Amino acid sequence: MASKDPRRALVEGRGIALREDDVDTDRIIPARYMKGVTFEGLGEHAFQDARFDEAGEPKAHPFNDARFKGASILVVNRNFGCGSSREHAPQALARAGIAALVGESFAEIFSGNCVSLGIPPARVSAADARAIQDQVEADPELTLVVDLAKGQLRAGSKLYAISMPETQRQALVAGTWDSTGALLAAEAAIAKTAASLPYMTWKAAG
Amino acid sequence: MSKNLFDKVWDAHLVGRLPTGQDQLFIGLHLIHEVTSPQAFGMLEERGLGVLHPERSFATCDHIVPTLSRDRPFADPEAETMLAELEKNVKKHGIAYFDFASGRQGVVHVVGPELGLTQPGMTIVCGDSHTATHGAFGAIAFGIGTSQVRDVLATQSLAMDRPKVRKVEITGRLGGGVGAKDLILAILAELGVEGGLGYAYEYAGEAVRALTMEGRMTLCNMSIEGGARSGYVSPDQTTYDYLKGRPYAPSGADWEGALAWWKSLASPADASFDDVKRIDGSAIEPMVTWGINPGQGLGISGRMPRLAELPAEKRDVAAKAYEYMGFAEGSPIAGTKIDVAFVGSCTNGRISDLREAAAVARGRKVAKGVRALIVPGSMQVDAQARAEGLDRVFVEAGFEYRNPGCSMCLAMNPDKLRGREVSASSSNRNFIGRQGSPRGRTLLMSPAMVAAAAVVGEVIDVRSM
Repeated sequence: MASKDPRRALVEGRGIALREDDVDTDRIIPARYMKGVTFEGLGEHAFQDARFDEAGEPKAHPFNDARFKGASILVVNRNFGCGSSREHAPQALARAGIAALVGESFAEIFSGNCVSLGIPPARVSAADARAIQDQVEADPELTLVVDLAKGQLRAGSKLYAISMPETQRQALVAGTWDSTGALLAAEAAIAKTAASLPYMTWKAAG
Repeated sequence: MSKNLFDKVWDAHLVGRLPTGQDQLFIGLHLIHEVTSPQAFGMLEERGLGVLHPERSFATCDHIVPTLSRDRPFADPEAETMLAELEKNVKKHGIAYFDFASGRQGVVHVVGPELGLTQPGMTIVCGDSHTATHGAFGAIAFGIGTSQVRDVLATQSLAMDRPKVRKVEITGRLGGGVGAKDLILAILAELGVEGGLGYAYEYAGEAVRALTMEGRMTLCNMSIEGGARSGYVSPDQTTYDYLKGRPYAPSGADWEGALAWWKSLASPADASFDDVKRIDGSAIEPMVTWGINPGQGLGISGRMPRLAELPAEKRDVAAKAYEYMGFAEGSPIAGTKIDVAFVGSCTNGRISDLREAAAVARGRKVAKGVRALIVPGSMQVDAQARAEGLDRVFVEAGFEYRNPGCSMCLAMNPDKLRGREVSASSSNRNFIGRQGSPRGRTLLMSPAMVAAAAVVGEVIDVRSM
């Protein structure tokens, strides 16, 4: 799990590569594992059906590969996390030890959910995503450094430019990604906006 | 150039600017279901926070609800626990809850509109990616994660980045036997499953104006499948006629004021957009998906693509789709054998969808070996269908007519594909394993096309029947 200090200016760890476009959140965590009232226990089922057949026998998958055990930076490709809004997906990844994501692009609800949990979704070019994946697969012991302050990812002697919406970067660097407090602080402004909206006072039979 | 509806509604709900630079957006309507809310209520509990505007939240149950027997306790103890948790939370916080006894339970995106909760000019959220459905009314509606459900409960607002707005203009008229589901599948095939990242979609043009509210809901519902978190249709007389007299719609003197406000929000003819895409609606055929994402669709007379003919960036996912689906490149989609037929979901579980399917099923029989399910989107849809005798049409044709819920769209209840079954489905996602079997296969299509496939036992052009 992520550290107690909420600041995420620098996240480092070993990488794990998942080479595929359009990986949807059903694949990250199948719906049958969402029948719980907490997020506990989701980590062991991350990518369940891609990792195990119906008899429970493991398939070839990076998350089953001993070389990548303990990796914390997941390197993906295009449109990762598309589909369902389930926060169970980043919750499962976090509980499987993932502290940062690097990829060509991320679906919007998914990337917002990641930031809500303090997990940076850092974007790189399509070619860089593949190059980082090559490096990770060639050297599973390699430490990746996701440096949000400098906007770069360091992998051995290689340097890659990373990006994300500035608002997300600010929240992660400053450690203010848990938004409830900042939203609550604007209580008077919330009341003012509410009072300005015509529908707030309409009566309905119901 | 003038402001489009999205910008007007966003500005009206803007509370202020947060230290991160994000906008704080007031939320007018929050819809709740049993799967994505318990952890949010748990977080409130941990932090000692209450619900700021309980009267702006409404709950129902849909994802885990069994469609054969609603008797409590449910046979599935996990489902029972989830429902009990929802009941406890709404009671504790004084949130209105449409349960079975109310006669108003159903799929959350069917219930909101049919009760008149969904209205133009609102910001509407739910812990569910298909919340864009409500955009059909000219609302800003989008799906949120559970941490955001917590934020809405505690503060009636969200930290958001303002998206760009793309006008998706559908020129011409849809042909006979072609509907909103075909239109959105054609849009997804054209613009891609990630083409909408960073955008809200305004659907416009002659073909969209001609759609009923139900059709507009189907269209907006699948915006997320194209990467757009929200999609909407600017309101017009069709919208106002649909809303008038619904239980939670404004009435009396409020109605006139509401009409004036709603009309002032509609996108004017000279509205500006960050981007515009045009698609010829008259060229669209009934659509069917052949792959593992909703953008992998084609017209009923078409053939599945050859890998070599696809742009390089689509080839890997297409290869994966062929491997999973077991189809051969270049095959026609018509004639594909099916094992299961499913009509239902937030995309196509409304009364118009059941009528469309019943018109095909009437006087025919479900093909031997096909398991066919009709799942109304809500108790009110169910009551209307029964009043029209549609339930009997389906049962006489050999369909199973079930109780309302999300059912086999995502298979969190007992309704699941088995093994490698192929399903003709009116739902929204053909993802790997989506319908409950890790090897199950889904072909997305309209309710009429599902009914046609059910009676023939294979994919067929409903226009030929």
